[in-house]
Amino acid sequence: MTDRPVIAIGLGALVFAALAFVPYMVDGYGMSLAIAIANYTILATAWALFSGPTRYISLATVAFFGVGAYTVAVLGEVLPWPVVMLVAAINGCLLALLVGLSTLRLAGIYFVIFTFGLTELIRQVVTWYEVKVTSTVGRYVFLDIDQQAIYWQLLGVAALLFLSGYLIGRSRLGFALRVIGGDEMVARHVGIDTTRAKLLLFVLSALFMTLTGAIMAPRWTYIDPAIAFNPQVSFQTVIMALLGGVQRLWGPLLGVIPLTLLFDWLNAHFPNHYLLILGIVFMLIVYLLPQGVAGALARLRGLRSRKERASAAMKEARQ
Amino acid sequence: MTALLEVSGLTKRFGGLVAVREAAFSVNEGEVMGLLGPNGSGKTTTMNLISGSLKPDTGSVRLEGRDIAGRRPHAIARGGIARTFQLVRVIDDMSVRENVISGLAFRENPLWGVSANVEAEKLLARVGLGGRGGVFAAELTYVDQKRLELARALALSPRLLLLDEWLAGLNATELDGGIDLIHSLANEGVTILMVEHVMSAIRRLCSRCVVMNAGAVIAAGETAAVMAEPAVISAYLGDEDD
Repeated sequence: MTDRPVIAIGLGALVFAALAFVPYMVDGYGMSLAIAIANYTILATAWALFSGPTRYISLATVAFFGVGAYTVAVLGEVLPWPVVMLVAAINGCLLALLVGLSTLRLAGIYFVIFTFGLTELIRQVVTWYEVKVTSTVGRYVFLDIDQQAIYWQLLGVAALLFLSGYLIGRSRLGFALRVIGGDEMVARHVGIDTTRAKLLLFVLSALFMTLTGAIMAPRWTYIDPAIAFNPQVSFQTVIMALLGGVQRLWGPLLGVIPLTLLFDWLNAHFPNHYLLILGIVFMLIVYLLPQGVAGALARLRGLRSRKERASAAMKEARQ
Repeated sequence: MTALLEVSGLTKRFGGLVAVREAAFSVNEGEVMGLLGPNGSGKTTTMNLISGSLKPDTGSVRLEGRDIAGRRPHAIARGGIARTFQLVRVIDDMSVRENVISGLAFRENPLWGVSANVEAEKLLARVGLGGRGGVFAAELTYVDQKRLELARALALSPRLLLLDEWLAGLNATELDGGIDLIHSLANEGVTILMVEHVMSAIRRLCSRCVVMNAGAVIAAGETAAVMAEPAVISAYLGDEDD
């Protein structure tokens, strides 16, 4: 949008500062919606940070989210909160490194399936461990962290995410990712270490997902592997990011807001048909808006300017 | 003259098929050498082995004495070997300028920001695309996409430029322009190894040639002499008894 970094970052800081006052203006329901939107804003934007330029569709979002949540469930009452967050971040990054090194050579559908399978694998391993070793199925998370604190933490992470995304978009790393997404063979032959570039972004994206899971954990009070590693979170993240558009940093946001509201409403009114409707929404988005809302807006603007140019040319020709 | 690139004993198998067998030749500093041969003779595989797209089973590829065989392509690109592709590869949804910058931003001495923009404009002017930097690569004609690919390869400021049928598919006028362009690069001292089928181009551009058939090098030397060798003629036209 704007090419002046100081102005763009300043504007962003203002927006986030304003959003920090939301808890003083809304009731409990509004607060839970705000948390849901902040939660998915981070997940979808972090997802798009890696998947947007590379076009690798990852279904592992909830694997990282769940690792964050579980770190809190296990260590939340033992260690001070900042240390818990740090451990969660390390866990998420290590897992992302492991997954990245083993999968980023895969392309297309194989990558999608692997990331999905991986999430299931982690869920099964955690379940097995809990049943066999700790002899529990679920865990209680009793932490003195209220809704407002959760919201503000999410907001802080979101601000950090947008800043990182903005800076990466202007950097050689961001450019390298676009070249990789455009043509990976070309990328390698112009000197881009494609594995390293992809791995870096994958880990960074996973880091934000893990932190989000950790911050969200106290909301549940009780978690078990089925809650923490619910694949629906991965799917919803993908749908939201694709609806909004993954080619721009602020694109996913345009999908997160309407869909969070829609899913909330559907969940309240059609709890039994929820998944069915989710699938239909997914198909509609992919068919009708392959470039997302942001892409459609850009195309609209392009069409208009082309028309303007054409009419200007006609006028010139007449004179 | 010193050898810039020395290939020896280069072999690549795909299952039971030996695509390149014990290939050996060298490219001298500052020369334009042709790599010829009928379809399926292993030319493109050889190019891929040199540029790192494929790893050789055995053999060595030496650039200025250093063995680079089996290294990963990005390391070879940074090390001084740039290439174009048999089927033109530009990034459609990037601008022409950005396509060139992709060649500048990740080389050994990378350029980024204003200096990259300035250098990209120079390179575009050099291949005849001056002032076209703002349009999307997808909007270029076929021949202009080939020029863009060449500009991107030159952006790496390579020690050796690999052109894989860069002149293929051009019409007569475009072909003359293309030959002139490569000729001008050669005059500036760029070392080029080119796979090519267009004989008029080979005669005009290449001082020396290597000819491959069924994966093996069957002839090498001065272009005119190589073209006259019986083994080369029979590789292209078949033996009389066939």
